[in-house]
Amino acid sequence: MSERQANQRAGAYQAHFRVWRGDADGGGLTDFEVEVHEGEVVLDIIHRLQATQAPDLAVRWNCKAGKCGSCSAEINGRPRLMCMTRMSVFSRTETVTVTPMRAFPVLRDLVTDVAFNYTKAREIPAFVPPADLGPGEYRMQQEDVNRSQEFRKCIECFLCQNTCHVVRDHEENKDVFAGPRFLMRIAELDMHPLDAAPASGLDRKSTAQDEHGLGYCNITKCCTEVCPENIKITDNALIPLKERAADRKYDPLVWLGNKIRRRTE
Amino acid sequence: MATGIEPPPQTDAIGVRDTSRAAIPARHLRTDRWWLAPAGTAAGLLAFVVYSTWRAFSNADYYHAPYVSPFYSPCLAQNCHTMRGGPNWEILGSWWGLSPALLILIFPLGFRLTCYYYRKAYYRGFWASPPACAVAEPHAKYTGETRFPLILQNIHRYFFYFAVLVAGVLTYDTVLTFRDAHYAWGHMGLGSLVFLANIVLIWAYTLSCHSCRHIVGGRLRHFSKHPVRYRLWGWVGRLNERHMLLAWASLISVAVADFYVFLLASGAFEDPRFF
Amino acid sequence: MAHVDRQTWDVVVVGAGGAGLRAAIEAREAGMRTAVICKSLFGKAHTVMAEGGIAASMGNANENDNWQVHFRDTMRGGKFLNQWRMAELHAREAPDRVWELETWGALFDRTADGRISQRNFGGHEYPRLAHVGDRTGLELIRTLQQKIVSLQQEDERDSGSYDAGLKVFQECTVTRVLKKDGRVSGVFCYQRESGRFFVLEAPAVVLATGGIGKSFKVTSNSWEYTGDGHALALLAGAPLINMEFVQFHPTGMVWPPSVKGILVTESVRGDGGVLRNSDGNRFMFDYIPDVFKEKYAQTEAEGDRWYEDPDNNRRPPELLPRDEVARAINAEVKAGRGSPHGGVFLDVSTRMPAEVIKRRLPSMHHQFKELADVDITAEPMEVGPTCHYVMGGVEVDPDSAAATGVPGLFAAGEVAGGMHGSNRLGGNSLSDLLVFGRRAGLYAAEYVAALRDRPAADPRDIDAAEAEALRPFSAEGGGQHADRGPAENPYTLHQELQQSMNDLVGIIRREGEMAEALERLAELRVRARRAGVEGHRQYNPGWHLAIDLRNMLLVSECVARAALEREESRGGHTRDDHPDMDRRWRNVNLVCELADTRADSGEADPALGQIRLSRRETPPIRRDLLELFDKDELVKYLTDEELSR
Repeated sequence: MSERQANQRAGAYQAHFRVWRGDADGGGLTDFEVEVHEGEVVLDIIHRLQATQAPDLAVRWNCKAGKCGSCSAEINGRPRLMCMTRMSVFSRTETVTVTPMRAFPVLRDLVTDVAFNYTKAREIPAFVPPADLGPGEYRMQQEDVNRSQEFRKCIECFLCQNTCHVVRDHEENKDVFAGPRFLMRIAELDMHPLDAAPASGLDRKSTAQDEHGLGYCNITKCCTEVCPENIKITDNALIPLKERAADRKYDPLVWLGNKIRRRTE
Repeated sequence: MATGIEPPPQTDAIGVRDTSRAAIPARHLRTDRWWLAPAGTAAGLLAFVVYSTWRAFSNADYYHAPYVSPFYSPCLAQNCHTMRGGPNWEILGSWWGLSPALLILIFPLGFRLTCYYYRKAYYRGFWASPPACAVAEPHAKYTGETRFPLILQNIHRYFFYFAVLVAGVLTYDTVLTFRDAHYAWGHMGLGSLVFLANIVLIWAYTLSCHSCRHIVGGRLRHFSKHPVRYRLWGWVGRLNERHMLLAWASLISVAVADFYVFLLASGAFEDPRFF
Repeated sequence: MAHVDRQTWDVVVVGAGGAGLRAAIEAREAGMRTAVICKSLFGKAHTVMAEGGIAASMGNANENDNWQVHFRDTMRGGKFLNQWRMAELHAREAPDRVWELETWGALFDRTADGRISQRNFGGHEYPRLAHVGDRTGLELIRTLQQKIVSLQQEDERDSGSYDAGLKVFQECTVTRVLKKDGRVSGVFCYQRESGRFFVLEAPAVVLATGGIGKSFKVTSNSWEYTGDGHALALLAGAPLINMEFVQFHPTGMVWPPSVKGILVTESVRGDGGVLRNSDGNRFMFDYIPDVFKEKYAQTEAEGDRWYEDPDNNRRPPELLPRDEVARAINAEVKAGRGSPHGGVFLDVSTRMPAEVIKRRLPSMHHQFKELADVDITAEPMEVGPTCHYVMGGVEVDPDSAAATGVPGLFAAGEVAGGMHGSNRLGGNSLSDLLVFGRRAGLYAAEYVAALRDRPAADPRDIDAAEAEALRPFSAEGGGQHADRGPAENPYTLHQELQQSMNDLVGIIRREGEMAEALERLAELRVRARRAGVEGHRQYNPGWHLAIDLRNMLLVSECVARAALEREESRGGHTRDDHPDMDRRWRNVNLVCELADTRADSGEADPALGQIRLSRRETPPIRRDLLELFDKDELVKYLTDEELSR
């Protein structure tokens, strides 16, 4: 049995790929014919292109198991992790188009400059440990940490940041909008049972609205749709955060109460 | 370099075509039928708007004992059809000359208009903001819900309170359907079932609201200190996962209930009585 | 070389996994301006893959637990080859390291009374692993990452710059540790994005680069695990120890290719998964060693009953220790009874209803469905041993994590050797990262504070490092090596290296095969000199791989030489020709050093071995620590002479 026959028996076939190649100065979709074996994912095919046809094809990846969130790209126009996109979801005759994430500046080929996200991460005030508790003295109930734990499943693939139209379609909003991942981070901290931010004078709910652009979110749920960890970003983080901000800012009773309290203080 | 002779920035070089991004001229590269969902949403909502506008302004065929159309309940003006034991509360007196439906529909309309699900639906379906995920929106500017009027979406919870009241009245109406045309209790017709289905869906939709979820428990920091509210929050959360489904189901059911009353009131159909 | 950027820092940490970030936090808190340099993006390190948990004897689940018990478990797991002082420090300090994570925002799973929940794991006497579902590593990385961000926020408030006191250079690679007069003077690096070279001058460098798995064909490790820190230490003149001990997990996926190497957790077997060969036989019954005969079921019927009634039946042989299972799988495959893709079948689908599988193994079911399109409720998995962890690494001072012989060089985490002896217990890696990451940062800071003068990087070394890094570009276009043969594809070389290591220095080792491996490595070294790349320096993975090949070849040679030398089987080192553990080897470390220490190894003839191997006797275990064990147990490990001391 020849190798070719063996391959065919194993379900190998030639697929047509279009991969965006280029850099900040320009580029375009390049066509490739490449062998695909049964059970492979898009990242395997990109690696095969590297090994056989385009050794300098730039791609970010790490764990190849959907746990690190490095290989984010857009496949047939949809933001996805390349390691979590099985070739079996495409028909054998279908052209598979792979481009870098389109909300971030491109560096080279499939690699983008994701500095936006790291900048935003720094703008979110960190966890404030309670002053009266030392290491080992923290007591938290499971039901009180469940919500924040869901958000901490985030692998920071930045697909939600990439797909969010607030910044994807409006570069100028990048200054004022933290994006779903980091609004979710605020929600995570605001729901943390022991975060001492309020005691330190930091109101995460209001700053979410005032400083991190929560109001830009129009809850169209694309962040949730693309999340490879299936975190309910919109329903469990962004909307609750909007409601918490509404408590602070749009609830006349609360507003009045705060006014009076401030005056009497 | 600011030499003054460079071309002005191209107006279409925004968003995904920004010069820093990967040079791809297409607004999107999706190969699936991404337009189907927003188109379907828009069509569905439009159909309801057309239907409800006609019914709300018609000011006719909304009562057929013992059934009152949910569009006209409670009836707050004097020009209402008299409904024995029904939701006639003439708060506004006689000066109101328009259809009484307009008075009450503001509340469910406001509730649904500011609902987190419907917002998603019409932002996508009507305003294409965005039309679908990773499909570029056609707008040059975007400020979301940061300014008037969209900042008013934040008052959703007040509409929720009203929606609870309205749902209470509709529950009352449903109880009244267990009478016959002569207001005798202990009877039931096909309309009772229609109303029952409608009110269950209305309640399910109302209680599955994100604001409701926040109010019953979501705003708490320590669930462990509020076991009852934690349990309520859990229940509401499970309903909330089906908020979209319930939004559509209750929208359709309310239209069906109204249309059923219309058929009866206009004499086009006879209510089959069970007992 | 004026065109190479130079920056000055106090401490440079190479690697941004658990150990590197913990070291950086400690050094920064000690007042040192600290740079972290990592090959991937910040927060993507391989630590995220750790699932089980962090071993620390907090005693939340069982109050009898304490550091002595943890120490004992660790020594047993490592077959007493552990650097005992490291094992002691590790067991003593792990609880503090876990609790401190909570003050930085970590959210572990909780016990009913609100403390950190702890779970059971193989080799640990009590439930000991602090965990967050099956994503503990992610929680660890994210917590450390966010702690670093919070320190940067402090710096920003004080100085106006986030990067003033602690900066992360992401997607940069270190190719050389620079030295001046025997002391560390900095690191030579390139930025992956631009290909630009730069030098970070610092008197202290902490290596925290992780492991070497990418030298093997089947591995659970990511591309980053090319043994960089091991090689950097060697090239800087620091010795490695215990490199023959490589942990293979018996059940890694071998098919489909998208998940090759990824672990199938042990609980699949614990919950009823059975191993079969291509004839359909449950072959594990043929591989029960005599010492285990009494503890394991002899018939399939009895083994099956165990799952329901463990008190009255013996456990099935699928649950033998990892190395026994791995050995059995290996033997079946070599005998031609393997699955189509070179493994064996691990089957739960015919043994449990789909609903039960989904309930008991949700993450496994999900993982295979999502990643591999394999429905484990309907078809068997193909599994085989996968390279998981290297116990060997840089020889360090147990207290300070300082590398031997190179002042200013420190190592922590997987890249450091000794802590785990010949075999690591599950859960001990994450605690290792925290305990020794902190110590490395602390003592690096102390070392810098005590310096009177700082060694400057030698421009000639910088030139040499640059020339070495650029060699792959000249290989093709008639450069200095063009006369010796055609240019080689680095991907091909890498594949051949992985195949050789997997086949010849893999889980079961034989003298002849390892000798052959050394010959193949010599040949690969010659060819690697001609590894050429296309394109330019900007984000060029082919070039990056060509540079990493140097490291993998060095480390592979260490593994092969040490494995050939150690004529016994112990922990992660199994010799077919010497199947028993030998007490005389217990206190022997095999030390690898660079044979030719000239600045540019490229000058040496690549066909010659680059590694010099020597034996070193380990210091005797402190008496009070020995007294934690029964004498009956000690006689299995220690020689009579050691016991009588």
